[in-house]
Amino acid sequence: MKVGIVRFPGSNCDADVYRAVTEGLGESATYLWHKSTDLEGVDVVVLPGGFSYGDYLRAGAIARFSPIMGEVIDFARGGGLTLGICNGFQVLCEAHLLPGALVRNRNLRFRCHDVGLRVENAGTPFTSAYAEGDLLHIPIAHGEGQFVAEASTLDEVEAEERVVFRYVDRRGQATDAANPNGSARNIAGIVNAEGNILGLMPHPERHSLSVLGNTDGLGVFRSLLAAVADGRGRRSDPAPPAAAEFAAGAVAGVSS
Amino acid sequence: MSRVWSVDVRVTPREGILDPAGETIRRALGNLGYEGVHSVRAGRLIRLEVEADGAEAAKASTEKMCEQLIANPIIEDYVVRVREG
Repeated sequence: MKVGIVRFPGSNCDADVYRAVTEGLGESATYLWHKSTDLEGVDVVVLPGGFSYGDYLRAGAIARFSPIMGEVIDFARGGGLTLGICNGFQVLCEAHLLPGALVRNRNLRFRCHDVGLRVENAGTPFTSAYAEGDLLHIPIAHGEGQFVAEASTLDEVEAEERVVFRYVDRRGQATDAANPNGSARNIAGIVNAEGNILGLMPHPERHSLSVLGNTDGLGVFRSLLAAVADGRGRRSDPAPPAAAEFAAGAVAGVSS
Repeated sequence: MSRVWSVDVRVTPREGILDPAGETIRRALGNLGYEGVHSVRAGRLIRLEVEADGAEAAKASTEKMCEQLIANPIIEDYVVRVREG
């Protein structure tokens, strides 16, 4: 499996994802610069956490129009496995690849601590390594993580079992106290209707190596590996052989 | 004739969207003794200088910018106003 990690100016969890993939799984990962338009044949695209473009205007709003996002949107719409973590989730919502939006935490505080998560749907390419109802401890670190959407959208997402993770207390109950940001219905992560795009506010990559004290989050990456091995998703197109064609054209076009 | 127009975009949280910043301001006003403030909604003002063939064209082009980038219609409303002069 080859994982492409998009780097926007202000991304700061890119290296964490890189190590989760390379050290946690022993698979290959590569960074994709936001100005590039080449996904380099990767099997999975990750939009990592951070503060792309300083979170100016709205979190994720400017990054959504980065040159690479055209390719990412085509890849994701075509069934490519796409994971947005924290700021990456915000970018996916701004790009309308996922419904709803992420706004300022209800209590206005930047929340940076572990939360309890319950796996609501273990049938996705991101969660097959877990069982439904599994309780995980995963860190959050965000100021704008309150998931909001129209009630009808929330109902649809729930009915289609697209809520993948929910904030819960240690007994696994989705209480108000366990909700760190005021997200509608304690939603921490959702997938699109086709199930190949996941956005979540918590950071599974930060709990993916034993040296980090906890590996609860590694299951997301193990699930992706299994999904790719099963032929789910698709590989991004290799870079077009533009250089060679351009060179040939340039020679043919020489007139004096 | 093409000239530069000064355009204001006022972006506010949509009706029904919780606005924690506005609510915090409302509570602080209460603490200062300002009674009877029933609601505060906090938004942002974005001021643009836009070259266009007329006020209507400046407005239309700014509205397009709002749809695409300046506002997120899922959570925000916006009003575009071309300033005189």
